[in-house]
Amino acid sequence: MTDERSAPGSGGVLVVGGGISGLTAALEAAEVGNDVFLIEKNPYLGGRVAQLNQYFPKLCPPSCGLEINYQRIKNNRKVRVYPMTEVKSVDGSAGNYQVTVETKPRGVNNNCTACNACVEVCPEERANAFNFNMDKTKAIYKPHDHAFPMKYAIDMSACSKCGKCKEACKYDAIDLEMEANTFTLDVKSIVWSTGWNPYDPAKMDNLNFASSDAIITNMMMERLAAPGGPTGGKILRPGDNKEPESFAFVQCAGSRDENHLEYCSYICCMATLKQITYIRAQYPEAKVTVFYIDLRTPGKYEKFREKLMSDPNVFFVKGKVADIIPSDDGGVTVIAENAVTGEKVQEKVDLAILATGMQPAANQGMGLTIDSNGFVVTDEDKAMIAAGCAKKAADVVTTTQNSTAAAMKAIQASRR
Amino acid sequence: MDKKYSAYICTGCGIGDAVEIEAMTGIVTGEMRMECKSHQALCSTAGRTMIEKDINDDGVNTVVIIACSPRVMKDEFDFGADKITVRVNLREQVAWSNGADADKEYVQEQASDYVRMGCTQAKKTDLPEPYKLDKELNKRILVMGGGIAGLTAAQEAAKAGNEVTLVEKEGKLGGKALGWRKQFPTKAPWSELEEPSISGLVRAVEENSKITVKTATEVARIAGCPGHFKVSFKDAGTKNEWDAPAKVGVDEQDKIAKGEMENPNNGLQAYTDADPNAEVFGAVVLATGWKPADVSEYEHLGYGNFKNVVTNAEFEKLASAGKISRPSDGKLVESVAFIQSPGGEEHDRDFPYCNSVTSMVSLKQAKYVREDNSDAKAYILYQHMRTPGNMEMFYKWAQNDDGIFMTKATVTKVNEEGDGSLSVEMKNTLLNEDLSIQVDMVVLAAGMVPTTANNPTINLSYRQGPAFLDLDMFDGYADSHFICFPYETRRTGVYACGGVRKATTMEETIDDATGAALKAIQCIESADRGVAVHPRSGDSTYPEFFFQRCTQCKRCTEECPFGALDDDEKGTPLPNPTRCRRCGTCMGACPERIIGFKNYNIDMIGSMVKAIEVPDDDEDKLRFLALVCENDAYPALDMAAMRRHGINNLVRFIPVRCLGSVNVVWIKDALSSGMDGVILLGCKYGDDYQCHFVKGSELADKRMANIGETLGSLGLEPERVAMRQVAINEFNKVPEIIQEFVDEITALGPNPFKGF
Repeated sequence: MTDERSAPGSGGVLVVGGGISGLTAALEAAEVGNDVFLIEKNPYLGGRVAQLNQYFPKLCPPSCGLEINYQRIKNNRKVRVYPMTEVKSVDGSAGNYQVTVETKPRGVNNNCTACNACVEVCPEERANAFNFNMDKTKAIYKPHDHAFPMKYAIDMSACSKCGKCKEACKYDAIDLEMEANTFTLDVKSIVWSTGWNPYDPAKMDNLNFASSDAIITNMMMERLAAPGGPTGGKILRPGDNKEPESFAFVQCAGSRDENHLEYCSYICCMATLKQITYIRAQYPEAKVTVFYIDLRTPGKYEKFREKLMSDPNVFFVKGKVADIIPSDDGGVTVIAENAVTGEKVQEKVDLAILATGMQPAANQGMGLTIDSNGFVVTDEDKAMIAAGCAKKAADVVTTTQNSTAAAMKAIQASRR
Repeated sequence: MDKKYSAYICTGCGIGDAVEIEAMTGIVTGEMRMECKSHQALCSTAGRTMIEKDINDDGVNTVVIIACSPRVMKDEFDFGADKITVRVNLREQVAWSNGADADKEYVQEQASDYVRMGCTQAKKTDLPEPYKLDKELNKRILVMGGGIAGLTAAQEAAKAGNEVTLVEKEGKLGGKALGWRKQFPTKAPWSELEEPSISGLVRAVEENSKITVKTATEVARIAGCPGHFKVSFKDAGTKNEWDAPAKVGVDEQDKIAKGEMENPNNGLQAYTDADPNAEVFGAVVLATGWKPADVSEYEHLGYGNFKNVVTNAEFEKLASAGKISRPSDGKLVESVAFIQSPGGEEHDRDFPYCNSVTSMVSLKQAKYVREDNSDAKAYILYQHMRTPGNMEMFYKWAQNDDGIFMTKATVTKVNEEGDGSLSVEMKNTLLNEDLSIQVDMVVLAAGMVPTTANNPTINLSYRQGPAFLDLDMFDGYADSHFICFPYETRRTGVYACGGVRKATTMEETIDDATGAALKAIQCIESADRGVAVHPRSGDSTYPEFFFQRCTQCKRCTEECPFGALDDDEKGTPLPNPTRCRRCGTCMGACPERIIGFKNYNIDMIGSMVKAIEVPDDDEDKLRFLALVCENDAYPALDMAAMRRHGINNLVRFIPVRCLGSVNVVWIKDALSSGMDGVILLGCKYGDDYQCHFVKGSELADKRMANIGETLGSLGLEPERVAMRQVAINEFNKVPEIIQEFVDEITALGPNPFKGF
C-alpha cells in the first residue's frame, strides 16, 4: 500500500532503496506478515531495472515483473512506501532502531491524478535524468511511463514558481511551497538495498567519453532502445540523430581494473550481447565489434552467447581498449591490441558503447560495515542486512534470490 | 451478502468533456437500476466522503466506481474488505483513448457499454471468503538434502522459529563439502582460501532442538498440499509400496484399461491413497544438490583411458587425502594442467553444468598444487575465465602466484607418454603460438549435474506426476520463473535451492537456501490465512466446482499449470486450493463451465459480454471484444492511453486474470450476440515465456486454434477470433495491433449472425 500520509507505525522492517532488490525484500517480508517501510530516493520505485529496455537472456521487459510487484504492494496493507525519502540517521540497536528519514518536497501531493494538465502549461524545462539527460521534460513531469506511484513531481531546481501549473491543476495537487518532511520510523531491522550507479565514464581518460556524442554508456543504450526513451525506441546517435551503421562495445569500462573498479561487474558481458539484439532488430546489416577480456556468460547464458556469436556481422576481439579517438565525421576510432594475435586493431565506428560497470551507491555511516569496494556487508547481530547490488555486483536473478534471503534475516530479527 | 448498490461517475480528468454524464447516469439508474451520483473528482477527499456517507448512512456495500483504471487510485477507492468495489475504466479507455476529433456518438456508446459492463459485473460478483484448509495446518518444514543448501535452509527456518525435519540419504550430514580441502573466500578481500566451515554447520544443525535429522533416509512420496503435505519416508536405496507413482496421463490410462500397456505403477499404492505412517509438513525445501558430470564422452581429453586424467571432483578427493600424488604411480605431482573447455576447435563453451564455479575450482586446486610443492607448476587452460563479481579478486590473487600459468587456449588433445606423464596440445594461446606442455596430471573442469535432471527427486504423489515440470526448458534445473521470481516453481509449497537450481558457490548457495526457507514459511503463513501465494499473493478467492455437472473430461486436471488438481478413480477432480495459484486456467478449460471464483466466473464475464449493445443494422458500428491479460496487456493499454495514442473505439476491453482463464463460451457469447470479432491479448509464450502462470497464453492460443475450426463449420470466418502476444512495454504498438485486427475483420464484413 502506498500511503505517504500514514502516520509512521512501530516495529517491523525498514527497507532502504526501492529497486528490484528492495521491492523483493519488502514484499517477501510483508507477505510473511511483517510490517515493512520501503523508502526510495527517487519519486518512483523500480530503480535501475525500471530504466532497462529488456532483461537478458529472455529479452522480456522489466516492467512486467515490476507490475506484479506493484500489484503486490497495492494489495498488501503491510507495506508502506515513501518515495523521495532518504535515511538521515540511525539510532538504537538490533530489535529497536529509531531511523530518522527525510522526504524531499515533491511539489505535488497525493491529489495528483496524472492528468497531465500541468505539463501542458509549464514554461520551464529540465534535463531528463531518467533518460540520462538525452532529452528534456518540463519542470513538472511524469517520472516515466510505468512510474509507481503514478504521481507527477516538480524538479525544484528547474521550477521558476510561476504558478501556472497550480492554476491548471483542477485537483489542488500542487504545492510549490512544500517543505521537506522529517520523521522517525521504529523498526527491528534494516535492509540496505541501495543499489548501484553506472561507473562514471569520465574517470577513464583514455576512453574520451566527454569528447564525442558517439561515445555512450550501456545504460544510455538501454534508454535509446526503450519505447519510452528519448527516441521512442529508435537507436540513433545522440547529437546528430544519425542511424549508426557500425558499433563497437568496450567491455570492462572501469571493471576489472585496479585504478577503477577492482571487481568484475557481473552483468556487462550479457548486457552487451543483449544490446546487440537491440541493434540487430533495427539494423540488420550493421557491423558490431566487441572488445573484451573474457566473455563471462556462464551457465544458462552460454546459449545466448553462442547465438549472438554466430551472427556473421558481429566480431569479437579479445583485447582491452587502449583509446577512443573522435573523428571529424562524428564517429570514433576504437584502438586495442588483439591479445591472441598480437595485432593492433583500429576500428572506426559510428557509435561506441562503454560497458560501464556497477559501482555500489555511496553507503556511509549509519552503523554500516562497508568493504573496501564500497559494498555493504551484512551484520546479522546488528540486524543490518545487505541486499541486491548494495551487497555485490550481480544479475537480477541473483539479486532477487539474495533479497529474499535478506527478508528472512529481517524476519528472524523481528522474532528474536 | 445482500447487496446494496450505488454507482459513482467521476467527471474529472477529461471524462466529463468526453462523454455526456447525464445520459450515463440515465443508463445506471434506468437499465441497471442502481443509484448513481457524479463528482468532479471522485478520488478527492470530497468525492470519497460522498461515497463513504452512502456506505455509512444508507448501507451501500457494493460500489461501482466509474472513473479511472483499476491500476491507479487503489487506496482511494478501498472501502474495506467487507465492501465490493468494481472499477469501470472510462478515463484511460475512453477519455484518454479518443482524440478530440473522435465522433461523439461513438464515444458515448463506448462509455455506455463500459458502464453497463461494470454494473453487470457488480451484480454478478461476490465477496471472497478465504479458503480454510479442511485438515489441521502444520507449520513444520521438510528440508530434503543435508549438504550446505539443506543445512542452511534448516538452520535459517529454525532461527525464524519453525520446526524442521532434515532428511539426508547418506549416513551423515555435510554433502559434497565434506570432501573439500579448502573453500573459496567468502568475504573481502576475497583472496585467501578458507578452511572448510562445513563441520561447524553440521554441528549447529545437529545441536538445534528445533531440527530433527533423519540420515540414511529418503522421501518415498509427498502427497497432500501446502499446509498439509503427507510425506512417506523410507530407508535410503530401498524400494517401497509408497514410492511416488509415475505420471499416467489420459492416453496411458486408456491403454492400460484396454490392456495395451502395463501399468508402470503396479505394486505401488495409488497416488491418492493415504499412507497411515506419513508425517505431516507445511512446506518443503528441495536441496538435494548435484552429481559430478560424466566427462568420458570427450575422448580427445583421455578421461577413462589415461589414469592421470581426472575430474575436478576426483582431484579434490586426492588433495583432501594429503599431498597430491599421481594416480598411476603415486609420484608427488610437479605439474598439473586444468582444462576448462572441452570443445577443442569446435566450440569455446565450458563443460556442461559448470556455470562459473568450475573456473574458481580450478584456481583453488591450482593453489593446492602449489601448497604441496612450491616448485610445482599449475597450468589453467581456459577459453573464458569466469570469476564474476568479487571472485575477480580471487582470480587476481591466483594470477600473482608465479607458479600458476593461465592462458586462453584451445585444447586439441591430451596424449599419454610412456611413464604415465601427459602432454597437452593446444592452439590459439595468448603466447601467439601453438603449444604442447608436459604435465603429471590433467584435471577436467567437469560440471555439476542437478539431481533433478535425471530423477523426479521431489517424488510428488500428484496427478501430474512426481517431478517438476519444464525441466527440459531449464536444462534439468528446478525453476519456472527465472529472472524476476526465481523461487516460484510450478509446485506450490516446494522451494528449490542450491545445486538443483544452478551450479553455485557456497556463498551463493547460503543466500539461496536462506531465501528458500523464507518462501516455505511464507507459503505456510499464506495457507493459514487462506490466501494465494505469488503471483496473486493475498488473493482470498479460489476456484469452486459444481461437481454435479462434471463429466470427468479431465481437462482441468491435465491443464492446471500448478498441478493443483488430483482426481478420483472416475476422474472427478479433487481440488487442493492451497496448491492453487488462482490463475483460472481450470475455469478456461472446463467445457461444462462448472468452475468459478466468487469474483471472477463464467457467468460474470459472460454477462458483461452480453451487456455490450450491438447495433444490428449499422455496418459502420461493428463491435469487437478484447479479452486482455490484466498483468501485461492491460497496463500496456493504460500506458498507450496516458500517451494519448488513440485506440479504436469499436473495441470493448475486458481484463482477465490470465488468458488461460478465458473460456470459449465467452467468445461464443460475443459472436452469438452479433459482435464481429474477438481478440485475445496475452503474454509471449514458448521458451522465453512471459506468462506469470507459465502456460496460460500458450493454452489460450491452442484453444483459439480449436475454436477456429468450430467457427468454420458454422460458416464464420476463423479470423474473427485471434490471439496476439503483447508485452507490457509495447504501449506504442498495441493500438496498431488492435487497428490491424479491426481492419481485417472490417474487410470480411459484419458478423452474418448479427440480429439473429
